[in-house]
Amino acid sequence: MKNKEPLILVVVVAFTLLTYWLVEPFAHSQMHKHVESQNFAYADLAPIIKTGDAANGKALVTGAAACIGCHSIAKDGVPAGMDAVTAAGSYGVNPPDLSNAGALYDPKFLADLIKNPAHALNVAHKFDAAKGQMHPMIAFAGAGGDIDQEVADMVAYLQSIAVKADELTPKMAFEEACGRCHTMKYENWTQLGTKPEFKFEKESLAYDIKVLEYQEALTKYMGKLPPDLSMYFRSRNEHFLSTFIENPQSQLAGTAMPRVGVTAETAHKVIEHMADAGDTKRHERESVGKNVMIFIIIFAIFALLWKKQVWRDLH
Amino acid sequence: MHNSSRRGFMGKAFGAVAGVGVVGSLVAMKKTWDPLPSVKAAGFTTLDMSIYPEGELITEKWRGKPIFVLKKTAEMVASQTESQKARDVVVGDSHFMIAIGLCTHLGCIPGYNAAEKSFLCACHGGQFNWAGEVTKVPPPRGFDIPPFKIEGNKMILGEAGPEYQAMKDSGVTL
Amino acid sequence: MAHFTKATSVKDWLNQRLAIEKVEKVMASEYWIPKNINFLWAMGMVLAITFTLLLVSGIFLLMYYQPDVKDAFYSVNYTIMRDVDFGWLWRHIHGVAASVVFLIIYIHMFTGIYYGSYKKGREMIWISGMLLFVTFSAEAFSGYMLPWGQMSYWAGMVITNIFSLGGLHMDGLVEWIRGDYVPAQAFLTRFFMLHVLLLPLAIMGLIGLHFAALRIPHVNNQDGEEIDFDAESKKYLAGDKAGSKVMRFANDFMSKDMMVVGIYLIFFFYLVFFQYGFALDPVNFDPADGLKTPAHIYPEWYFLWSYEILRPFSVNIGLMAFGFAQVIFMLLPWLDRSPNAVPASRRGAFSIWFWLLLIDMIVLTAMGKLPPEGIFSTIGLVAALAFIVLWIALPFITMNEKKA
Ligand code: HEM
Ligand code: FES
Repeated sequence: MKNKEPLILVVVVAFTLLTYWLVEPFAHSQMHKHVESQNFAYADLAPIIKTGDAANGKALVTGAAACIGCHSIAKDGVPAGMDAVTAAGSYGVNPPDLSNAGALYDPKFLADLIKNPAHALNVAHKFDAAKGQMHPMIAFAGAGGDIDQEVADMVAYLQSIAVKADELTPKMAFEEACGRCHTMKYENWTQLGTKPEFKFEKESLAYDIKVLEYQEALTKYMGKLPPDLSMYFRSRNEHFLSTFIENPQSQLAGTAMPRVGVTAETAHKVIEHMADAGDTKRHERESVGKNVMIFIIIFAIFALLWKKQVWRDLH
Repeated sequence: MHNSSRRGFMGKAFGAVAGVGVVGSLVAMKKTWDPLPSVKAAGFTTLDMSIYPEGELITEKWRGKPIFVLKKTAEMVASQTESQKARDVVVGDSHFMIAIGLCTHLGCIPGYNAAEKSFLCACHGGQFNWAGEVTKVPPPRGFDIPPFKIEGNKMILGEAGPEYQAMKDSGVTL
Repeated sequence: MAHFTKATSVKDWLNQRLAIEKVEKVMASEYWIPKNINFLWAMGMVLAITFTLLLVSGIFLLMYYQPDVKDAFYSVNYTIMRDVDFGWLWRHIHGVAASVVFLIIYIHMFTGIYYGSYKKGREMIWISGMLLFVTFSAEAFSGYMLPWGQMSYWAGMVITNIFSLGGLHMDGLVEWIRGDYVPAQAFLTRFFMLHVLLLPLAIMGLIGLHFAALRIPHVNNQDGEEIDFDAESKKYLAGDKAGSKVMRFANDFMSKDMMVVGIYLIFFFYLVFFQYGFALDPVNFDPADGLKTPAHIYPEWYFLWSYEILRPFSVNIGLMAFGFAQVIFMLLPWLDRSPNAVPASRRGAFSIWFWLLLIDMIVLTAMGKLPPEGIFSTIGLVAALAFIVLWIALPFITMNEKKA
């Protein structure tokens, strides 16, 4: 009698794989539209053609352009005009500190943002000047000279004070680029920063109330409270996160989240930080996984040899 | 005799390999029972030593345990014996009795009698004096002292500073 | 009272009191297994091992899980996944095993159907197996509620709503099951109880029944051969191991069981460490939100075929079709009118029926997950009707089957 086992195995494996393919890769390809990554090229934004002069840029940022009316620049000792909660009360969201903007964001994006914030942020649909809805950041209309040169100077200044790309940690990237709108509870991150440890519950609750006040203003501004991102690395896949950060509208048409304009490298770091929060043990999983696989293969080989020995007498 | 119901060489070898797997998973299981990192990280408490009134016993909390803090009065300080001085904790120019407030017998919390300046453990009648020494059995020794470190006016519980290390080395506390 | 003598060894001492030698013979060394069976007969052992993995990993999850709607998600995704040493491992093992166990159950069931192993004295094995399938389904569903993510919540909502029984509007029953108007604290705590106590107990009891039901009829074989177990086992015990048609369960067949288990575990742990997405659905890593349904909701893959039987019809007909699908497998030993307990390949029309049923269930499974739009809903409807027709046709197909 011939051995039918190989044939049976082929049939079982084939039906299993077919079912798997149908309910996983195929079904998901039908459920979610595929968004191609543009590699953070921001092709719709005009490139900077002028060579910027950082010194002049500094004069503009801290002078004529009036950036520091709203933004702090901790690196250069420029303090914030008001605390985060008050700022959110008046602008909807706390304007970011500009120290590392030059490292976090794409230069083209920064240039466009200075000239036309709602356009760069891809939220033009939310602001209608005719109805008096203005983006809280006032567009820079020029300081009297060549506006393109002035913008290039300001970008050059921001780049000159920012941390070097290799000093920008994933945690910094996330906190500075996303952390004014999103919490990350599992990393103790609130929109006001890392929640300190308080000895007394009263102090801790007082801090929570400040966060709630900030969130209230933010909710009013955004239409809904941006979600906590602790587990987003596991609830969304990496490709989704990356294309969403690049252009939120491509994945969720009409979403209130602006295009943040980060460079490809910053986005990569942001996602790495999300992985550190939502899939903390991924490195351990891989190394333990390898060892378990090696062990299990040895286990199977010994089982096979034992079976061979026992069955020798049976034929 | 049933031959094939006895394990041959390969059967034993296979059993040994499976045993290695069982031991490996026991290691993982043991580690799953360990105190969590978040529990261990919560093991530090900072006390502001400038706020304590003299001669009054205050109970703080560290790692879920009561910590006795007694700022000694001038008479107490003056009357200290050598062995009491060995347990004395000095911060700035104040002297303190700092101790884990659990009886060294079986872990009940002794009560402080301010009039008598002594502790009585209700569980089995053990007694301690205001300096933290045992004065009546069954407790085998004086109060244990938690690891501490002095930084200016502050005391960090959970971290071993030089003063604590000295007490530990000389056997004043376990 | 029995007569006890001074024991000569620990074994003898136990033997006098517990008859361990006898038990060992009945359960293992003189539990006779036909030689002409293939690796599909090892699936029972694979299931037992998988259940053990579920039990052990579940015990470790249970030490840190909090059945509270405010804390459940955090206890699973923060405490277990980040804080507890190897917590992630137990969760991955538990989640993957809960999914893979159904793959093995389906292979085990279809093996039984193919070889006719539910007839001629083996009806109780089939029935206890189906009861295991039903309790495992309840166990998996109740476990799926526990992380209290978006899929937990919405699956809880949808599945409990089935009990309003459509046109009967039994909303009171639904609220009774939930203990609330929506899935909330009472619901989570009672499903937690079901998941970690009542259903595991029932499963263990049923596994015992399943094994007991096997002992007397013995397992079937791949040739539909009637074996005289007494005669063949005598031959074996007399030393003619090669000539006998049977072998011992232990160690003879068990060594093969272990070989199959070894190969299975390679596959299993590969899934646990490197390919777990199918079992730990990403959507369930979003915390439950009673005011927002996820864009696509679907059950775990093993429930898809019966879900799809519900979906293409209007409420009442859908529920009837669904109810039909739940009980019909149980009746298989009586719907199959032929006395032939031989492989389907030798049973003519039944063979076609078998493969059609298998393919139809895979089609239903796929359509159950795909969005119910356009061509997919049409295929789903056809497949659901085909499922019903196949079962209604079964007695007629098998009635006139010739003796094989
Ligand atoms: C006595 C045995 C079991 C115990 C003590 C147990 C315990 C638990 C606990 C505490 C959880 C919540 C933690 C989590 O979600 O990861 C859980 C989840 C779960 N259990 Fe079990 N379980 C047992 C058996 C089973 C069985 C036999 C099945 C399926 C056939 C099963 C299926 C599930 C599923 C699907 C989840 C959700 C997994 C997830 O989303 O991560 N469990 N179990
Ligand atoms: S515990 Fe204090 S005397 Fe026994």
